[in-house]
Amino acid sequence: MKISLLLLTLSFCFPVFAEKTFVYCSEASPSSFNPQMAEDGPTFNASSQMLFNRLAAFEPGGTKVIPGLAERWEVSKDGKIYTFHLRKNVTFHTTDAFTPTRPLNADDVIFSFERALKAEHPFHKVNGGVYPYYVSMNMANQIKQIKKLDDQTVQFILNEPEAPFLANVAMSFAVIHSKEYADQLLRGKTPEKIDTEPVGTGPFVLTRYVKDNMIRYQAHPTYFEGRSKLDKVVFAITPDSSVRFQKLKAGECHLISEPSPQDLKAMGVHPKINLLSQPGANVGYLAFNVEKKPLDKIEVRQAIAHALNRENYLKVVYQGTASLATNPVPPTVWGFAAQTKGPEYKPERAKELLKKIGLDKGFELELWTLPVSRPYNPNGKKMGELMQADLAKVGIRVKLVTYDWPTYLAKMRAGEHQLLQIGWTTDNGDPDNFLGTLLSCAAVTGGSNVARWCDREFDNLVTRARAITDIKVRSSSYVKAQKRFLEKTPWVPIAHATVFRGVAKNVMGYQISPLGTEDFYPIDIK
Amino acid sequence: MLFFIGKRIFQSLPTLVAVSLLSFLLIRLIPGDPVLLMLGERGGSPQAVAELRSKLGLDQPLYSQYFTFIGNALRGDLGLSITSKTSVWSEFVERFPATVELSLVALIWAVVVGIPLGIWAAIKRRQWIDHALMSISLVGYSMPIFWWGLMLILIFSVKLGWTPVSGRISALYDVEPWSGFLFVDVWVRGMGWPAWVEVLRHMLLPALVLGTIPVAAIARMTRSSLLEVLREDYVRTAKAKGLSFYKIIFVHALRNALMPVVTVIGLMLGTLLTGAVLTETLFSWPGVGRWMVASVLARDYPVLQGGVLLLSVVISALNIAVDVIYLFLNPRLRGRLR
Repeated sequence: MKISLLLLTLSFCFPVFAEKTFVYCSEASPSSFNPQMAEDGPTFNASSQMLFNRLAAFEPGGTKVIPGLAERWEVSKDGKIYTFHLRKNVTFHTTDAFTPTRPLNADDVIFSFERALKAEHPFHKVNGGVYPYYVSMNMANQIKQIKKLDDQTVQFILNEPEAPFLANVAMSFAVIHSKEYADQLLRGKTPEKIDTEPVGTGPFVLTRYVKDNMIRYQAHPTYFEGRSKLDKVVFAITPDSSVRFQKLKAGECHLISEPSPQDLKAMGVHPKINLLSQPGANVGYLAFNVEKKPLDKIEVRQAIAHALNRENYLKVVYQGTASLATNPVPPTVWGFAAQTKGPEYKPERAKELLKKIGLDKGFELELWTLPVSRPYNPNGKKMGELMQADLAKVGIRVKLVTYDWPTYLAKMRAGEHQLLQIGWTTDNGDPDNFLGTLLSCAAVTGGSNVARWCDREFDNLVTRARAITDIKVRSSSYVKAQKRFLEKTPWVPIAHATVFRGVAKNVMGYQISPLGTEDFYPIDIK
Repeated sequence: MLFFIGKRIFQSLPTLVAVSLLSFLLIRLIPGDPVLLMLGERGGSPQAVAELRSKLGLDQPLYSQYFTFIGNALRGDLGLSITSKTSVWSEFVERFPATVELSLVALIWAVVVGIPLGIWAAIKRRQWIDHALMSISLVGYSMPIFWWGLMLILIFSVKLGWTPVSGRISALYDVEPWSGFLFVDVWVRGMGWPAWVEVLRHMLLPALVLGTIPVAAIARMTRSSLLEVLREDYVRTAKAKGLSFYKIIFVHALRNALMPVVTVIGLMLGTLLTGAVLTETLFSWPGVGRWMVASVLARDYPVLQGGVLLLSVVISALNIAVDVIYLFLNPRLRGRLR
C-alpha cells in the first residue's frame, strides 16, 4: 500500500513545460547526420527532413514534385539542361560553432553535389567517402557539369536526357550544405564535423545527440517557410516496436515509427491514438531468374503465376494490411496501368501450360524466402511455405532456402537464385524508379534487375520515357511497358503494403508520406 | 598487498588475450558481411564493395587484422565504429555510466532485499516461511527477464500509469552530461527535485527487473551460508555462553556467513554490467548492453571487439577488487598473504 502510494505520488511529479515539444519514438539511431552518405530511413528522417532542404521537394503526403530551395526551374527542350532559380534569403542554421554571414547561393549547391560526385573534392573522402545513392543512381555519369550562372541560378548539364532528374534531386539524399561552413571547418582542420555537427537550411537545428538514446532539435527561427509551430522536437530512439506502442499509449511519444502489425488492432481502438494509414508506394514480388532453366520458358513463369493463390497471402501474411498487386507500379504512383489485370489464381491453367511444354510430370525449384521483415513482405518464411504448398499442387517441388540478409542481397545481385522473394519502396514516386530501376536491361548488370530479364521492347519503352519530360507522354509509354511486363511475366507482383502510423490525438497536421519519410514541419500540438 | 594486486593483474592478462582473440574470431563467424550491410538494400557496384572493404581494412588476412587491432588497442586506440564513424572508446565512455548506474541500483536493491530474506529463511529453517521464500526465489531465479519486464511495463506503466515505459529521463528534460550518472547530473545542472524524481521513476522498473535474479541468488546464498555457519562450534559455544539469539546471528554468525555472499555480489556486479542486454533493450536504456546488441546487428566489428575487450577489463578489475575486499574481510587470508 505504501509503495503504491509512493509510486502514485511520484507519477504526479511529471514535468510541465510551456514549450511545445514533439516526441517521436523512432526505431533506430541515424547512421550519419549527412543524408548524402546514407540510405536508411532513420538517417533520412533525422537529418534530411529535419536539418536540410533539397532543390525540389515532394508535396506533403504525396509524390508530386514541388519547389524546394529552388523556387522555379526550366528544362531545355532536349531534356539535358536543368536551370534552377534559388530562393532569396534562405538562411543556414546558426549554431555554437557557426554563424552564417550570407544566405544560400549557387556555391552551396555546387559544393554539395561536387562533394559526392568528384573524388578529388576536398570533402569527398571525409568521414568514409561513401555516397550510396549517388553511386546506385549513377549520378556521376548522369551529370556532366554543374554551372553557376549567378548567385541565385545554377545549371545542371546532363549527358543524356533524364526525365526523373527533378524527382531525383527532391530525394532525401540530395541535400544542400553550407559551403561557408565547410570552408570554416577546412580552415580549422576539422572537416569531419560537417557530418557530425551539421548545418543546414531545414526547419530544425540539431542541439544534442546521444547515440541509441535521443536526438534533440529546436525550431530554426529564420526558416524560409516560417518558424515551425513546434519549439522542440525529440527523437526518443526505441528499437522495440512493442515498447514504442506502450510509450505511445502512456503518452510518452506523440508518434511512433513502424508499428508492429500485431498492434494495429489495439491501436485503432485506443481512445488517445489515431491510427493513420495510406497505401504505400511499394511492391512485394516473386522474381524469376530468367537466366536459369526452366524459368527461361515463359510458360513455366506463367504457370507459376497462375498456381499462386495471392489473395490467400494477403490474408495470412499481410493480415489484410495490403492490396493485391496487379503490376510492378503501385496505384499511388502516376503512370500506373489501371486497366491491366494481374495473373489469376487458376491451378488448372497452370497444369495445362506445364503440359504444353512437357513438364507436367513435375520438376524441382529453389525458392529463396526473405530473411527479414519488410513492409512489402512481413513474413517471407510464411509466404514461402504457402507458395511451396500452392506449387506442389501443380507438380512443382519447391525447396525453401534463405540466407542472412547481406548474403541474401549479395547472392541475389550475383544472380544465384531461381525463385526469389524481394520488394521495393520507391524513393521518388517516379514510375521509372520501378520499371527502369528494377526491370531495365541496364539494371541486369547493375544487379537491381533480379529477374535478369532484358526485353528490348520493354526496355525501349522505358528508356524512351526517361528522355521525355511531358508526363502524359511518359505515362502512356509506362502503361504499354506494364502490359508488356504482364505478357512476359518476369515476376509475380504480390502486394502493395499499406503504411500505418500511430499518432497521439492531440497532434495536428501530420501526414504519412507514401515515400516512407517523416516531415514534422507542418505539425502542431493541441 | 601491492604485490598481490600486481600478481592478480598479471594473471588476468592471458584471460584478456584469450577474450580478445575469441571475440575477434566469433564475430567473424556470424554470417553477414559488414560491408554489404553498410551498402544496404540499394547496394553498390562490386568496385564500391571492394573499395569500402579495403578502406575498413577487411581485405587483410585475419591474423593481420587481429594484430592491427591488438597493436592499436595497446596504444589506446580501439578504432572507429563502422556505423557511426566515432571512436569506440568515446562511445563506450558515453554509455558505460548508464549501465553502471542501473547495475548499482539493481545491486543495491538485490543486497538490501536479498540478504534479509536469506537470513529470515535461515532463521525459519524448514518452516513454511523458509519454503515460501525459497520457492519465490526459485521463481525469481528462473524468470524470463523479457517477459517479466514487459509484464511490469503493462501493469505499472500502461495500466496504472505510475512509471514511465522506457528511457532514463523524460524526453522533455534536456540534461547536459557531466558525469554521465543522471542522479548526479540533474543536481549539477541545477534541475532540482522534479528532475531527480523523474530519473528515479525511470530507474524503478529496469532496476527491479535487472535485480530480480540477483535478489534470488543472494537470498539463496545467504541462507545456505548462514545455515552452514550456524552448525559451527563457535556458534554452539556462543549459545552455551547464553548469548542472545540475535547477537549470535548478527554479531557472530552473519559476519562469517557473508564471506561467500561478498564473492557472489562481486561476481554479480560483473554479470549485471555485462548482462543488462535484455533489460537495456526492453527499457530502451542507452547503456553498453544495448550498444553491443546494436553492434551485433550492424556487424560493427570494431565496436564489438573493442566493447568486449573493455568489458573484460572491467570484469577482471572487479574480480581483483573482490579478492582485495575478501582479504580485508577475512583476516586469516591476510595472514596467509604475509
